[in-house]
Amino acid sequence: MSSTPVSVAVHTAGTVCDLVGNTPLVEIQRLREGVADGVKIYAKLEGFNPGGSVKDRAAWNMLRRGLDEGRLAPGKTILDSTSGNTGIALAMVGAALGFPVTLVMPANVSIERKRVVTAYGATPVYSDPLEGSDGALLMCREMYEAEPDKWFKPDQYFNEANPEAHYLTTGPEIWEQTDGAITHFVASIGTGGTVMGTGRYLKSQDEAVQVIAVEPADAFHGIEGLKHMESSIVPGIFKEQELDSKIGVATDDAYDMVYDIAASEGMLVGQSSGAALCGALEVARQLDEGLLVVIFPDFGDRYLSTNLWMGWKNRKQTRNQ
Amino acid sequence: MPVEVRIPTPLRKFTDGADTVPVEGNSIAELLDDLDKNHPGLKGRICEDDGSVRRFVNVYVNGDDIRFLDNLASPVKDGDEVSIVPAIAGGTRSLS
Repeated sequence: MSSTPVSVAVHTAGTVCDLVGNTPLVEIQRLREGVADGVKIYAKLEGFNPGGSVKDRAAWNMLRRGLDEGRLAPGKTILDSTSGNTGIALAMVGAALGFPVTLVMPANVSIERKRVVTAYGATPVYSDPLEGSDGALLMCREMYEAEPDKWFKPDQYFNEANPEAHYLTTGPEIWEQTDGAITHFVASIGTGGTVMGTGRYLKSQDEAVQVIAVEPADAFHGIEGLKHMESSIVPGIFKEQELDSKIGVATDDAYDMVYDIAASEGMLVGQSSGAALCGALEVARQLDEGLLVVIFPDFGDRYLSTNLWMGWKNRKQTRNQ
Repeated sequence: MPVEVRIPTPLRKFTDGADTVPVEGNSIAELLDDLDKNHPGLKGRICEDDGSVRRFVNVYVNGDDIRFLDNLASPVKDGDEVSIVPAIAGGTRSLS
């Protein structure tokens, strides 16, 4: 008896890197108090990337460019400083491409972070937590300068392949997903890669699109992943003059917004998403009509052991009294 | 011998740029009061109006988070090292 031929349609990706991008947009339905009916707000859920954050885009493009230009080659170890998502992204992409990865991070990164990067096979090196992400950046620079031939340093703060990732992917995705109707783009600033690259693409399609960056309102803040530009080492890729405006958000407001997004929209996100939506709402409330797209850089499950959720219970009790 | 308190970069404008300052006190609450006496305004950046430590701020005694010790009543003694760290890079129970 002859077997019946089976026709199988195979849809595969070469590596996990091929799955980076093409994240969904979802409308913010309830958290729109004071926003006119003619204004729509959509969140782009970057947590759907394979490494769980928007940083997959930059990591993949920086390593891809490094390979193309021959700066990343067999025998090199990938080295960068990161307090979080970029480290996870580099560890993931490095593993998928077969390169070892060393990451410098402040010693007080959450236990989930340490375990995730270690699981991907990366080697963590810890810097002084009191010096924050700038301390990790400087320590990483010293390590690189001591042995420049050993490392490939993507250097997300100064590598144009970071904003380019967003010019090539995030921007076109948003343009297509909104059918060119986007009027305002809002993103929080970590390195500035997302807001710069996406903003450039959107303005290349329609100069009138407003590009708005969100940062912590104060130098002393707890919004993980974000930089307060005035008090920080300003990333080389960050060009403030290209922005239409910049909004400062207080840590408490960002944290409260995270709780509200989970309870009212059904999305558990990180604190940078909370900050971004605070900024987007501030913009939206000034408009009669428009279509805003706001970046939600990651989901919230990687912050459950952090300060973000520490005051949660007390807050709810106070609120219900 | 007083307790050494390590100040994070964004708050060093209150300590004339010093990364460590000597402070007197037998508990974290007393330390914070003494810190504010010598560096006015500093406590307001670390604590809420009711005196509790702001939720994104971690205070460590010899590397242990006071939330897992006795909070503001956590005792300190001469020679201890106290660190004030914003939770930018996540929260952990210990600095090590």
